[in-house]
Amino acid sequence: MKTLKAMFKSNIRQYGMLIALVSIALLFQIITEGVLLKPLNITNLILQNSYILVLAIGMLLVIITGNVDLSVGSVVAFVGAISAILMVNMKVNFFVAMIISLLIGALIGAWQGFWIAYVKIPAFIVTLAGMLIFRGLTMVVLKGTSIAPFPEAFTKISSGFIPDLFGGQGIHITTIIIGIILSVIIVILELNNRKTQLKYNFEVPPKGFMIAKLVGIIAVILYFSFVFASYKGLPNILILLTVLIIIYAFITNKTVPGRHIYAVGGNEKAAKLSGVKSAKVLFWVFVNMGMLSALSGLIFAARLNAATPKAGNGFELDAIAACYIGGASSTGGIGTVVGAMVGGLVMGVMNNGMSIMGLGIDWQQAIKGLVLLIAVAFDLFTKSKSS
Amino acid sequence: MSEFILEMRNITKTFPGVKALDNVNLKVKEGEIHALVGENGAGKSTLMKVLSGVYPYGTYEGEIFFKGKQCEFRDIKQSESLGIVIIHQELALIPYLSIAENIFLGNEQAKNGVINWNNTISKTTELLKKVGLDESPNTLITNIGVGKQQLVEIAKALSKEVKLLILDEPTAALNEDDSENLLNLLLEFKKQGISSILISHKLNEVSKVADSITILRDGKTIETLDKEKDDITEDRIIKGMVGRELVDRFPKREPNIGEVIFEVKNWTVYHPLHEDRKVIDNVSFNIRKGEIVGIAGLMGAGRTELAMSIFGKSYGKKISGQIYKNGQEIHLSSVNKAIEHGLAYVTEDRKNYGLILIDSIKSNISLSSLNKLSKNLVVNQSQEIIEAENFRKKMNIKAPSIMQKTGNLSGGNQQKVVLSRWILTKPDILILDEPTRGIDVGAKYEIYTIINQLVSEGKGILLISSELPEILGMCDRIYVMSEGRITGELDGKDATQEKIMKYVVNQ
Repeated sequence: MKTLKAMFKSNIRQYGMLIALVSIALLFQIITEGVLLKPLNITNLILQNSYILVLAIGMLLVIITGNVDLSVGSVVAFVGAISAILMVNMKVNFFVAMIISLLIGALIGAWQGFWIAYVKIPAFIVTLAGMLIFRGLTMVVLKGTSIAPFPEAFTKISSGFIPDLFGGQGIHITTIIIGIILSVIIVILELNNRKTQLKYNFEVPPKGFMIAKLVGIIAVILYFSFVFASYKGLPNILILLTVLIIIYAFITNKTVPGRHIYAVGGNEKAAKLSGVKSAKVLFWVFVNMGMLSALSGLIFAARLNAATPKAGNGFELDAIAACYIGGASSTGGIGTVVGAMVGGLVMGVMNNGMSIMGLGIDWQQAIKGLVLLIAVAFDLFTKSKSS
Repeated sequence: MSEFILEMRNITKTFPGVKALDNVNLKVKEGEIHALVGENGAGKSTLMKVLSGVYPYGTYEGEIFFKGKQCEFRDIKQSESLGIVIIHQELALIPYLSIAENIFLGNEQAKNGVINWNNTISKTTELLKKVGLDESPNTLITNIGVGKQQLVEIAKALSKEVKLLILDEPTAALNEDDSENLLNLLLEFKKQGISSILISHKLNEVSKVADSITILRDGKTIETLDKEKDDITEDRIIKGMVGRELVDRFPKREPNIGEVIFEVKNWTVYHPLHEDRKVIDNVSFNIRKGEIVGIAGLMGAGRTELAMSIFGKSYGKKISGQIYKNGQEIHLSSVNKAIEHGLAYVTEDRKNYGLILIDSIKSNISLSSLNKLSKNLVVNQSQEIIEAENFRKKMNIKAPSIMQKTGNLSGGNQQKVVLSRWILTKPDILILDEPTRGIDVGAKYEIYTIINQLVSEGKGILLISSELPEILGMCDRIYVMSEGRITGELDGKDATQEKIMKYVVNQ
């Protein structure tokens, strides 16, 4: 029991925000009298927040290096506009148009990365300039109007669902099967992980705790697959998002570039003297951010089924807030992809819950601001206590 | 009234684990230039910090009398109000403010919070005349050289109506002419009745201008020499500075020295910001297989700059010269290239340039070898853990696990982590820059043992150290650096502290 308590204490930062997310969700579930966790609403929640979560993945890497990118909202709008011109005006195949759009995003990232990494202009300034440049260019290419509608195949990215291969009646069987497969994979991974840790005589959580944790995770996965199954099944966008999260969690945890990103953010001078090419790391982090901004721009345009000059306004702040709420450090070197996703969902659930309650956008903004401040203060508090 | 303007009696200052000052006495006569000399770490700076109130009254034992009155300074403001002003080695001027603004910073000529610029400028002009600096009061500090900046500092001291001026290594960064000017200025002040304490390693200057000299060694007052009564030649001062017995603090080693594996020729480096200033001037040296080569010298002699400029051009501009490994010329244009060619550099500043303090022991050890520990860019984490665990045992890193954050380790253990990182890269040549700085005696012995182990494996080691006993106790061959040049080369067997000191003070 004592070890469990000590373990919880040492991991409070890791679990703190997850607990906060669950509590907030439960709170709104009660206030909204069960509307929040209805299948339709959960599906909406995912669709509404997907583009912010995609941005938050890229932003997390930027924040780990100790920088920030203010331009992503404008890049979302710009790439959305380009894709609309390609698909709607020029009738380019939607798949080709998406590839071109992603490349343009990467180019924008390279442009900003060049000024930041090699000319050494602070990222805040370069991306503030980018924010103005790409918002302006969006209006130029759109000539101040919106372009719509997109081809239907394209909009399916954001609003479509995976097909049911088994033709279940009222219940989406493929979704349930995916949920079960996912649970099995997680159990195997966790057991493997524990085995390696034991092999190297690492401290492992007590067996009872691990079983409880696994049961909890599996219950959540199965519950949500059931929820999605009883509506229209898994949204396409959730699949895309899950794949992205897995890829980026893998990159940050297990690869050389991932380690280098943390090292540069933790202590750039030491990293440089240890053979890390810090300028190159910084450059590619911004290229990646540009590409994910483009992806986010496509998702948003597909969801709206239009490209508008005002698209993506303020997205950068939501993405940055998601990272900080999720435990990333503003001085760099600390943060996880999963944390940023939890942070993004905390904001998403609050937005959604307050909307259902009928709270105006004015109050929503103010409350979200407070939550950001409290989350970071909580983080600092636990940090000072643990040291 | 006593003839002494300042008397510090039986000052003892302890830091956790170390006695920095042990019953130190310092007496400065009214209107004299009093030199304070001693090796690095002898306690000179600590003594001056006690005097100026940086270490407030109550944190040390002993008494301070200024003009016959006992003083209990709680901060610098209090000592300054009596006219005791220190000018530190690193100048405390703000580069993008003007000379006048700097001189009156914190002491603004203002009425009700509004600055009277006319008054400020006219007073500045007066002060600049006194120190013989021909510059407009509106010139920005960044636009004048170090020598002139030093004069601005002195003018600032004068503006506070200084009675006792303390200069900490004032000529360390100056060229001959500027040094000469500064010393003449001190003599001029002496005529006006201002007393000064001069801390300097340049013994020729000391014997030229000082009226009396107090020598500190290991936190104790060794002696005070008087110009009138005693011999104050440089040899006499050196004897006082180093006369200490070497105890057996170094593990034994049978040297087994082979061929030259690393050689640097005609290495010249310029300052990264002041591109006309040579930091390293035509330095050549070599290291043989299984040999520990020492570089002795004072702080600021250019040793770290030499090491970092060699290690992938991590310091300086306009670098020229050749590097040879096993007789072949190599080009180390980046840190990665240096690592590939089997070089390792263990920094003197492990907190800022060595460790990633928020990361674990494991990540810090593997950082420079990630490419070797990975396949297709995916890190083999089992292998990484095995290597890190290996080093934790071998180097006796005291931590509950390799997942411990390095920021929570003691200095000695942090140093072992940095060493582990570089040993893991399997280097042929290791440059160790002050490897035992700020480490307790026990951990020092462990580090020495590791160094001996490395040379017995046939690696070559360049050991940079400010501690002469360490250089003498560990090295097979010793180069002495002074002001960016190598001023002497000694065989480890016949080297003595006196011989090294002579090259250090560069005569």
